[in-house]
Amino acid sequence: MNASSFRPWSSIGKKLFNGLTGIFLMLFIIAHLAGNLTLLVGADAFNGYAEWLHRLGAIVPVMEVGLLALVLAHVVSAVAVYSDRRAARTIRYAVVASKGGASKQTVFSRSMILTGAVLLVFLVLHIWQFRFGPSIAEGYSTVLHGEPVRDLYRLVVETFQNPLWLVFYLAVTVLLGFHLRHGFWSAFQSLGVLTPRTRALAYSAGGVFAIVMVIGFLTLPLWLFFAAEPQSARGIVMVVP
Amino acid sequence: MMSTNGTRSYSLRIWRQNDNSSPGALVEYRVSDINPQMSFLEMLDHLNDTLERKHEVPIAFESDCREGICGTCGLMIDGRPHGPAAGLTTCGLRMRQFADGATITIEPFRANAFPVLRDLVVDRQAFDRIIQAGGYISVNCGQAPEANSMLIGKDVAEAAMDSAACIGCGACVASCPNASASLFVGAKIRQLALLPQGQAERSRRALRMVEAMDREGFGDCSNHGECEAACPKGISIESIAVMRREYMRTLLARG
Repeated sequence: MNASSFRPWSSIGKKLFNGLTGIFLMLFIIAHLAGNLTLLVGADAFNGYAEWLHRLGAIVPVMEVGLLALVLAHVVSAVAVYSDRRAARTIRYAVVASKGGASKQTVFSRSMILTGAVLLVFLVLHIWQFRFGPSIAEGYSTVLHGEPVRDLYRLVVETFQNPLWLVFYLAVTVLLGFHLRHGFWSAFQSLGVLTPRTRALAYSAGGVFAIVMVIGFLTLPLWLFFAAEPQSARGIVMVVP
Repeated sequence: MMSTNGTRSYSLRIWRQNDNSSPGALVEYRVSDINPQMSFLEMLDHLNDTLERKHEVPIAFESDCREGICGTCGLMIDGRPHGPAAGLTTCGLRMRQFADGATITIEPFRANAFPVLRDLVVDRQAFDRIIQAGGYISVNCGQAPEANSMLIGKDVAEAAMDSAACIGCGACVASCPNASASLFVGAKIRQLALLPQGQAERSRRALRMVEAMDREGFGDCSNHGECEAACPKGISIESIAVMRREYMRTLLARG
């Protein structure tokens, strides 16, 4: 492929990038949800899972940088599509309506840039809160199989037992569902892999996928808020600065 | 509101604009004595007739065949290209679709690649330039070849025809939230990719047409699928998927 023929920034290239990175990000959130379901088992299961992830060694920083690159590529291609959209029709219609029928234009498809922006802000906050949150040095330490490990479970439970954080996470999860409702099938359509039969299937599957992810990610904070044992029961004294 | 002879009256909000360099605005008009069986364009003819009698400038709009095959008469009617009915061009739309006394907003097809020439008339030559870039086949001059020398299966011919049904009206662009021309471009690419006559230029067609589409300043396709609903010929977004496949195929073929 020579440089003159490969145009990643053509109208098709932008969507190809966006769809492909979107598919990898969807795979990530599936894995993220699956791993976080250990929260339902208890402190040792979740801390053990977190510790197992950290012991993967060199793969961890590679995965972190890879995920960051995926997010950046997804955001940059989405913003490029959005700015083309703004430039392509500078005088707007006085009245706009969907014709229904075969149209897949919904509140979900029209709000992708907004829900995406919220998810980006959320992501920064989420990583700051947990990845770079208090660790062993700040007293978030527990003993697992005779070794001191970071007590991430305590941090998570403390966070979600705060009603403000709970409401924030619930709201973002619903917006993630909005994003996935259009994003799932649209990613495959952007790659050009759908046929008339698989297109209908992918569109329906997108609805199911969005609902499953929303239910999954809603369950965790709600469970931790209503059902998880208070941290004092584990012999941990919360230190309020 | 209903008159004794069964005719209807409407309030119209119509986009008026002198030329591309001057600003436009929606202007309100009243029409009455409209027979519900009249076409939408006949209703506009009727309005223009009354405007001319009052020595006012008639509203510029395009039409040619008035039987749904030329693709010139596209109007944005209450926010939908060709009005509320599916599978119709503006000329095929009848006034019985609109309740007596209704307010109808009529705007030109909007995209920066379709500059307004006057009132409701837009310049769609961007489509012609995209077709010139690759939406053609090469044939030798002279007598038509013997019909049975090139066999095409019924299913292939039908599939190609589904895309060839495009009349180039621009409803896909008009309805697209991104003002993308992907359905128009995809329809031509799919039609020619399916047929043996289209194979000669296949290795470069998609690339050239997509480049031309981007040059004209159309937006990118975000898969809203509104174009398929708006298309008076019901062309499916399958054409857009094929365009993407053909585009990648072209890139790979170039190596």
